[in-house]
Amino acid sequence: MSTPRTLFDKLWDAHVVVPESDAAPAVLYIDLHLIHEVTSPQAFSELKSRGLKPRRPDRTKATMDHSTPTLPAGADGKLPYYTQAAETQVETLARNCAEYGIELFDMASDNRGIVHVIAPEQGFTQPGMTIVCGDSHTSTHGAFGSLAFGIGTSEVGHVLATQCLLQRKPKTMAITVDGELAPGVGAKDVVLHIIGRIGVNGGTGHVIEYRGSTIRTMDMDQRMTLCNMSIEAGARAGMVAPDEVTFEYVRNTPRGPKGADFDAAVARWRELRSDEGAKFDVEVSIDAKDIRPTLTWGTHPGTALAVDAPIPAANDAAAQKGLDYMHFHADETLQGKPVDVVFVGSCTNGRLRDLREVAEVLKGRKVAANVRMLVVPGSEIVKRQAEAEGIDAIVRAAGAEWREPGCSMCIAMNGDLVAPGQLAVSTSNRNFEGRQGPGSRTLLASPLSAAWAAVNGKVSDPRELFSKEVA
Amino acid sequence: MAGFRELKSKSVVLGQTNIDTDQIIPARFLSTTERAGLGKNAFNDWRWQADGTPNPDFPFNQPHNQGRSILLAGRNFGCGSSREHAPWALTDLGLRAIVSSEIADIFRNNSLKNGLLPIVLKEEDVQALMQRPDDELTVDVAARELRSPDGRAYAFPLDGFSQTCLLEGVDELGYLLARHPEIAAYEQHL
Ligand code: SF4
Repeated sequence: MSTPRTLFDKLWDAHVVVPESDAAPAVLYIDLHLIHEVTSPQAFSELKSRGLKPRRPDRTKATMDHSTPTLPAGADGKLPYYTQAAETQVETLARNCAEYGIELFDMASDNRGIVHVIAPEQGFTQPGMTIVCGDSHTSTHGAFGSLAFGIGTSEVGHVLATQCLLQRKPKTMAITVDGELAPGVGAKDVVLHIIGRIGVNGGTGHVIEYRGSTIRTMDMDQRMTLCNMSIEAGARAGMVAPDEVTFEYVRNTPRGPKGADFDAAVARWRELRSDEGAKFDVEVSIDAKDIRPTLTWGTHPGTALAVDAPIPAANDAAAQKGLDYMHFHADETLQGKPVDVVFVGSCTNGRLRDLREVAEVLKGRKVAANVRMLVVPGSEIVKRQAEAEGIDAIVRAAGAEWREPGCSMCIAMNGDLVAPGQLAVSTSNRNFEGRQGPGSRTLLASPLSAAWAAVNGKVSDPRELFSKEVA
Repeated sequence: MAGFRELKSKSVVLGQTNIDTDQIIPARFLSTTERAGLGKNAFNDWRWQADGTPNPDFPFNQPHNQGRSILLAGRNFGCGSSREHAPWALTDLGLRAIVSSEIADIFRNNSLKNGLLPIVLKEEDVQALMQRPDDELTVDVAARELRSPDGRAYAFPLDGFSQTCLLEGVDELGYLLARHPEIAAYEQHL
């Protein structure tokens, strides 16, 4: 009998073009290459300077999302780019895609959006694939049982030129979450809890497979939230073995396989799971009932903390610097902290399910007077679906801003900024110093926590929404 | 890529743990289509005060640290975003080696492609080196070791492939392009 293999082993083995040796890393074939405006221009320049062309433009898909405005075009028909450099970057991508025949979801496209939202939505992301992008949150696509990870710009050039990457085989980690989540606790709380438990470097050098009953009951939007943040634990990638939920999602995408092709694909995809007895280098198990609504208190995602738990005392200089930066003290709780800005969006929580949760909270309520709230759909499709359900009207009636799709305040490259010193509750993935604008202070949170904080004007426990008095 | 065999330099110390790539080069400086010239924005928000003047307490602004090409950094350096702008900014600042007890995966990969050597040593060794930043250290790529003037040698891991690339200043793309026959054969079965 052959040795039991993990899901990761199966994906790796199927994509090795040249095996790894002492002398050189493996040459790994890449099925799908996603590119965006920020990390691709220098790769195209490198190709040009060497007289090379993209090997498989058909396996490359492009979108513009980081530097793009989330306000519509003005009366003159011009999009309000934050800087000339941002506009030049976007134009450079368009020019490169046109020159090499790469399909681009540009500003005029009905299907444009954040790269990690649109590729799954279109059906480009499929189980069993290797997927890379010059963007660390490429781990999102692992939710479909693919091996998906972020690369640097030199590697973007490598993949453009050869459709391959040089890789050393990473180690494997199984994270098993079992049991039922309490009402008010969702996928974002699960992943923040996990990062709090294993640390921002807990996954370094590893590919994580998420398993267990809690994960099985998650829909694809939730699994993407979970896998998205694998990189925040330092992991190379995160993945969930595909199942009926995955197949149903892919079946309903415009560009996924159809008819007999789909049936044949599903037959292959059913094999994509870790064999009984497969060995992982590290195994972690978590009980769902231990997970409370979770936010962060410091300046990296490992500072995850339940909303009602005391902030821990700083155990080193970096933690103290984090506390000082956030203007927090040990032993306080996050609950009750006055909030200036609430951001709902990003590739972590900018999908339809997230917006529905937010709308549930905002319906018939108002955003507190001291709070600016921005709701930014992850893609044009998410935006249209949400508008069809009246979510935009609920958001606006509550006093929040409903924007055009893009990365927006997640990375604050397009002019959507949190002002210096302001405290933001954000559904994005990084609370680094200045991430949402110079001097910005960020608490990472779930869509429910974010919306409930907006209504109350302070950090609040979303479990209250499910208690009798509030409902 | 500009490689090197040996490097001799005193070091700059940034002892904080978990220094992420948003600190190394904040996102608002990524709206460029070039690689060069990012050094002035390296560690921007720590290095420059709100009025644009240098923060005198920040190590890279201190006169005695000018021209040093080794950075001694706290654990988990380079975590966060995959932006290759981080090693571009650091090499533009004059750095050629980063020494830490842990270096994040993508940053590590990106660094090696830009002639910036990630050196992982034991935490206690990094701490000891941080006590003596004015010692001239020698980084010997061929021997895979870092030596201090007190005669100590610290071996660091570096796979043979990356070592060859660094020693000869060749890059990985050339190697990959030469694998064309194997890649074409693989594509036959897709
Ligand atoms: S939403 Fe944020 S994390 Fe996601 S791709 Fe955009 S900038 Fe990166």
